[in-house]
Amino acid sequence: MSALSGTRAEAPPRAAFWPRLGGATLGRGLVTAYLSLIVLIPLAALTVQSTEGGMGTFWTAITNSEAIAALKLTLIASLIVVAINAVMGTTIAWVLVRDSFPGKGVVNSLIDLPFALPTIVAGITLLALYGPKSPVGIDVAYTRIAVIMALLFVTLPFVVRAVQPTLLVLDREMEEAAASLGAKPLTVFRRIVLPSLSPAILAGVALAFARSIGEFGSLVLLSGNIPFKTEVASVFIFGQIETGTTESAAAVSVLLLAIALVMLLLIGLVSRWSLRHDR
Amino acid sequence: MKTPRWATLAIAVGLTLPLGLGVAACGSSSGDSEISLVAYSTPEGVYTDELIPAFQKTSEGDGTTFKTSFAGSGDQSRAVEAGQPGDVVHFSLDPDMQRVVDAGKVAKNWNQNSYHGHVEDSVVVFVVRKGNPEGVQSWDDIIDKDLEVVTPNPFQSGGAKWNLMAAYGAQINEGRSTQEAQDYLQQLLSQTSVQDSSARDALNTFVNGKGDVLLSYENEAIAAQQAGEDVDYVTPDDTILIETPIAATTEASTQAQDFVDYLYTPDAQEIWADAGYRPVVKSVFDQNKDKFPTPPGLFTIDDLGGWDKVNTDFFDPTDGIVAQIEKNLGVATE
Amino acid sequence: MTVSGVLGKYGLRFAALGYLTVLLMVPVGMIFYRAFENGVGGAWDSVTTPDALHSFYLTLVMVAIAVPANTIFGVGCALLLVRTDFRGKALLNALIDIPFAVSPVVIGLSLILVYGSGGWFGGWLIQHGVQIIFAVPGMVLATIFVSLPFVVREVVPVLHEIGDEQEQAARTLGANGWQTFRRVTLPAIRWGVTYGVVLSTARALGEFGAVAVVSGHISGETETAPLYVWHEFQNFNTAGAYAASLVLALLALVTLFAMNISKRKESNA
Repeated sequence: MSALSGTRAEAPPRAAFWPRLGGATLGRGLVTAYLSLIVLIPLAALTVQSTEGGMGTFWTAITNSEAIAALKLTLIASLIVVAINAVMGTTIAWVLVRDSFPGKGVVNSLIDLPFALPTIVAGITLLALYGPKSPVGIDVAYTRIAVIMALLFVTLPFVVRAVQPTLLVLDREMEEAAASLGAKPLTVFRRIVLPSLSPAILAGVALAFARSIGEFGSLVLLSGNIPFKTEVASVFIFGQIETGTTESAAAVSVLLLAIALVMLLLIGLVSRWSLRHDR
Repeated sequence: MKTPRWATLAIAVGLTLPLGLGVAACGSSSGDSEISLVAYSTPEGVYTDELIPAFQKTSEGDGTTFKTSFAGSGDQSRAVEAGQPGDVVHFSLDPDMQRVVDAGKVAKNWNQNSYHGHVEDSVVVFVVRKGNPEGVQSWDDIIDKDLEVVTPNPFQSGGAKWNLMAAYGAQINEGRSTQEAQDYLQQLLSQTSVQDSSARDALNTFVNGKGDVLLSYENEAIAAQQAGEDVDYVTPDDTILIETPIAATTEASTQAQDFVDYLYTPDAQEIWADAGYRPVVKSVFDQNKDKFPTPPGLFTIDDLGGWDKVNTDFFDPTDGIVAQIEKNLGVATE
Repeated sequence: MTVSGVLGKYGLRFAALGYLTVLLMVPVGMIFYRAFENGVGGAWDSVTTPDALHSFYLTLVMVAIAVPANTIFGVGCALLLVRTDFRGKALLNALIDIPFAVSPVVIGLSLILVYGSGGWFGGWLIQHGVQIIFAVPGMVLATIFVSLPFVVREVVPVLHEIGDEQEQAARTLGANGWQTFRRVTLPAIRWGVTYGVVLSTARALGEFGAVAVVSGHISGETETAPLYVWHEFQNFNTAGAYAASLVLALLALVTLFAMNISKRKESNA
């Protein structure tokens, strides 16, 4: 994603290439205008609305116990989900790169399906499969397990797709050397492969986390929406919009957005740090 | 340092393209005879399949076309307030209508006709599995048998409010104190395993296998049965009369008002009755008395103080009685 | 390979495939199975009702507007980020990523706060007959929002990778900006752009939450295919919901196929 690795081409000063200053300003202006229209103005309206009644109202809105419960559930569920994704995503990427079996190509293509499939479709399907009328007898609908399951579905591609390219170009010499020196596969993985993979895993985790805390469509049917028990932040916000307390909805939305951005920032920093310290 | 002209041109195009196309795409010109109906979720079937075609066969309705939107009552009310175009609005409870009146979209005298602006009624019933295996007959049964309850989230769904006030009023009817009635609500909510955001969602949840008893509108139960679902319903002795408000908006054409008026005619009321809604016109109601038994302990929201009072006392998101109950339950389960 | 190595290999394969089966394969299989519950004819009837057809049409309109707009923006923005220098570049870079962090419901709410009748521009716009929210333009804006970053993010690394030597060479040979772009830059970045386009398309196709909040639920007019699925599911028409879901799943699979091809070309280029 934003891990801008890759080689930076050696180039003479750019001024020699793109002479006229005015055009760049116009280009920047247009880009800013587009971004403002689509993203910045709506989010600004959101922030303004959230503090419409003053900071006091903002504070009350986000310290409302139902909001806190929803945020807590969202954060904890998302952390669990990204932890599982870090493990399973890496495993799946490993199997897809290092292993071979009939149908591997098909499986590889299907990994991206949760990304392209509308979340509501995921919701009704998971409900039919793992809910009260389950053909396989598993009923976890309307519980926190259902929340985790839906989130695992929608975040499936992120870690896998982040790790695969790195794994593909990984130099296996070190692994083979270590193995020939008697290191067990697990040790080889832990001490040689994992450090090289960790920036990619973290990048995938960042995306998965951001997606997970905002997820709505698959949860609106499956989670049961019970305040304090299975109500996630996005569904809570939706409920606030429907009840008309838009200041409260906006306040919690701003908080959710802030958490996501902070997380993205942190993980970006950690991955850049680990990149630097690893060479 | 310059961005080549092509890039700036391209970006300019990219800027104007979306809005331009978007506005063009929505510029479907509606003729004067198009009526847009914004209603709560449950009457979708009867409007689309029966009432609208029947109206179009009348002289006032001849040549009209319809645009329809159905979703949760609060959802729709809020949308109209925020600018969703609508000529006829039909919600599931009066406060949702009041909201659009306050926003100036509907005239203040909307409920001055002889039916107080309510075009069809219903009652809160218990929806159960076919054959009523748990033997639910009364509100006490739900608690005594510790049944799993499905009812929507009262802060999002109008139907949920009706359900809870029916439960509360039933307790008062049976001679209990207000505190005991509130305790009943707490017990009821503690047995609620799912709280969907609308009555229709709750019905779907129940039909999909969750819960022992669903609190819902009588007409929802009938709709489910007519759709072939394996459910029965029990009308408890004490229950509340659900009255749903309808009105034409201030900017609507006269044909919109004609449509509203049509819905009160005996022909239309008969259609409502066939679909499971209680007609408000007495003659039609009497003809369908077998289908719609009058519970001995039937009461209305006015008996409980009217929606303004009830909304404030019970459903205020911070201080309301139900909000407090949910919080108590949440704290208890944390 | 050692015994533990072999066990490890099969163990990993089993774990990975098992996880994928439970989480991915079975649900997808379910969609196919339930879609044809009433037979192929029944499924066909469900997806060819006027409302269903209009919902697919509307979904494609969303994509047809959002993706080109974001592509033009994406390429232009990537060029700005890589080939020029200015204060605030880091900020722009960070802002591009915002759509990844915003919940769909929040997007819908923000749009209502701007274009709703009580919103910043809404009052004025509605007075002049322009309905954004609860009409198609609002849904388009939401779709553009969610699919914004993809082309930029795919083109930027490619631009870095190829360097500007060739572009400079073209300039010294007398080509103007547009010629340079068309004949040197564009061919070099084309698979990056393609992959970005495919990702944007996938994201735009699948959008539900934001569009649901701003759509107004007008049957036959403001219901995209995902909204149509929800609507049918709520009206006891599960077969219809699954049939429409199947169409969406097939569209998703086609998009995946395109993704794979363009990704391979991108990394080979």
